[in-house]
Amino acid sequence: MPLLWLRVATAFYGFGLLHAFIALTRRSESLSRIIMPVMGFGFVFHFVSLTEGFIQAGSIFPASVHHSESILGFLLMVFVFGAFLRSRNNAFGIFVFPVVFLLTFSAAIGQQPPQFTSPVLRNGWIAIHVALIFTGYAGLFFSFGASLLYLVQQRSLKTKQTSSGLLSRLPALEMIDQIGYRALLLGFPFMTFGLVAGAVIAQATFGPTYFHDPKIVLSVLMWVVYVVLLYMRWSAGWRGRRAAYVSAFAFTTALVVWLANNFSVVHKFVER
Amino acid sequence: MKLRLIGVNHRTAPVEVRERFAIPEGRLPEALQCLCKHPGVSEGLIISTCNRVEFLAHAENGHEADLRGFIREYFQVEPDKVDKYLYEYRDDDAVRHVFRVASSLDSMIVGEPQILGQVKEAYTAARAVGAVNSHLDALVTRAFAVAKRVRNETQIGTSAVSVASVAVELAKKIFGNLAGKTVYLVGAGKMSELAARHLLAHGAEQILVSNRTFQKASDMAEAFGGQAVPFEQLYDNVDKADIVISSTGAPHFIFRREHAEAFLQRRKNRPMFFIDIAVPRDIDPQVNELDGIFVYDIDDLQQVASQHLTDRKREADRAEAIVSDEVHRFQERLKALSVVPTIVSLQEHMENIRQAEIERARGRLGQLSPDQEQAVEAITRGIINKVLHTPITTLKTAAKDPEATTLIEVIRRIFNLRGSKEEN
Repeated sequence: MPLLWLRVATAFYGFGLLHAFIALTRRSESLSRIIMPVMGFGFVFHFVSLTEGFIQAGSIFPASVHHSESILGFLLMVFVFGAFLRSRNNAFGIFVFPVVFLLTFSAAIGQQPPQFTSPVLRNGWIAIHVALIFTGYAGLFFSFGASLLYLVQQRSLKTKQTSSGLLSRLPALEMIDQIGYRALLLGFPFMTFGLVAGAVIAQATFGPTYFHDPKIVLSVLMWVVYVVLLYMRWSAGWRGRRAAYVSAFAFTTALVVWLANNFSVVHKFVER
Repeated sequence: MKLRLIGVNHRTAPVEVRERFAIPEGRLPEALQCLCKHPGVSEGLIISTCNRVEFLAHAENGHEADLRGFIREYFQVEPDKVDKYLYEYRDDDAVRHVFRVASSLDSMIVGEPQILGQVKEAYTAARAVGAVNSHLDALVTRAFAVAKRVRNETQIGTSAVSVASVAVELAKKIFGNLAGKTVYLVGAGKMSELAARHLLAHGAEQILVSNRTFQKASDMAEAFGGQAVPFEQLYDNVDKADIVISSTGAPHFIFRREHAEAFLQRRKNRPMFFIDIAVPRDIDPQVNELDGIFVYDIDDLQQVASQHLTDRKREADRAEAIVSDEVHRFQERLKALSVVPTIVSLQEHMENIRQAEIERARGRLGQLSPDQEQAVEAITRGIINKVLHTPITTLKTAAKDPEATTLIEVIRRIFNLRGSKEEN
């Protein structure tokens, strides 16, 4: 059943992809008017799917890569809705909806058997670690999306071409900046505590050697980029292009970290 | 439906003439009563705004409402002096005109929202004195619905027009809310004053003014409740402002790239909006290349304004299509409406005759068995239905014909229906 709900949610999220496509290429606004309710339906089904999955598994720890994709997509949607409530503007979805769709789509194509069977995962701390880090990821990605949106709006103001369609209704530049910054700020403590929690668990389980693990090194790097990003935004007011570059870099690191599971010993949860 | 509309507006008459016709709110009831007493006029409506004065009248069937005559009488004017300014519409054209006026398609600034409110006021005033009855009521309420539809389905009301309001619109795109924003006027010109006024009206909080002549700066600062800054301290203070409006007569650039870079640094990269309305320009266009600084000169602003105008043209075309569609629908509905009550009263009339005749015959028929009673009922009903069949079908098919009113008239007269259900 969770998979069925997820597929329904994915079908709704498909409109998000379409919305992004239309917003960037055409002038039509007909979909834009109804996109938030449509995505809202998807969100509800997504929530049902996750909740049912949790109840069945008896643990909130993601049981597979697919499952974790679904959780990440869900958290991203939370950010989009937060931004929508704040700005009354659905433009933040332009960059986030496609990613949400890809994540849930990938999660919805097939039922993976629980892959992560390692007994380490029975530990409740791991679940907390994962939840924190994922929220951090979502904040980071969302803020990256917001800085792309900032660039689009800045460009349209600089070139002095009045765009029509959805791009003419982007939120004000300062609003985009504010929301992106808030997402970043919000994600940071989650990311930090998530990493701390991970470190504590790893220390307890593997002893001091865990630090040489590629995934851990990359995570620390990502965290440092995150700190730099925050610091530059806070002290020098970095926004626009520079902020977009740094957050793109932070995001890429995050992506590599995500993929680094394959090379990691500590994060190999698949027992052979 | 016999509709007549006569009037003057900003296109047909200069302001001196419009003033002559303008009817102040206080005199509107009396003017409406005069209009309704004019021969042939059964209902009337007067719209009087600064850009137009219009008289709308519904004439009873068979009558002609001579509105030109009314105007000559009411305003005591010579016909040859005013006739060239007047426009006149009848029936469908009048309906179209009323729809266009209410939808702000006939306004000086197409899409401006006030006119609908003014038409509503005119309608309320006319209702209050009983000048508006079923016919004009249907027309005007439909006009409100059309205006709403135009507003919802086109974007005619959303674009700004003047340069000053373009400046406000752009500032909103950058800052969202203008509340708490500071505006810096460099040079105290008329244009910058206008722009500043617009920005203040949209929530900007503080005004700083610098001018070569300090006295002029402090005068203007006083007018806005702002603060005058000596011109020598200009560069130390500009970074306090979010929006800078520059309009000096300087022959060279006042703000160059290095200035702007310094401002950005001091502002921690918070965005700034430079509006350059000076010719020659005050701000080096290179400044626009900096992240977070937006420079618009007078041509840019005008270009945005004119883009809005082309947008408006396109939207106005869509709005015209909606109006045409609505005029058509309105006519269809009216024709159907006036046929239906005629059919109803025709049937009622016949039924009354039938009942009366049965009652009269009852004494001679004596006691009837239920079967017989039923037979009498069936025979009489059958006769009526047969007799009425052709007139009713003819009426129904005539509903779509422009000559329907004549036919209705004839049928009402033949069957002596006048007055029974006429005002419906």
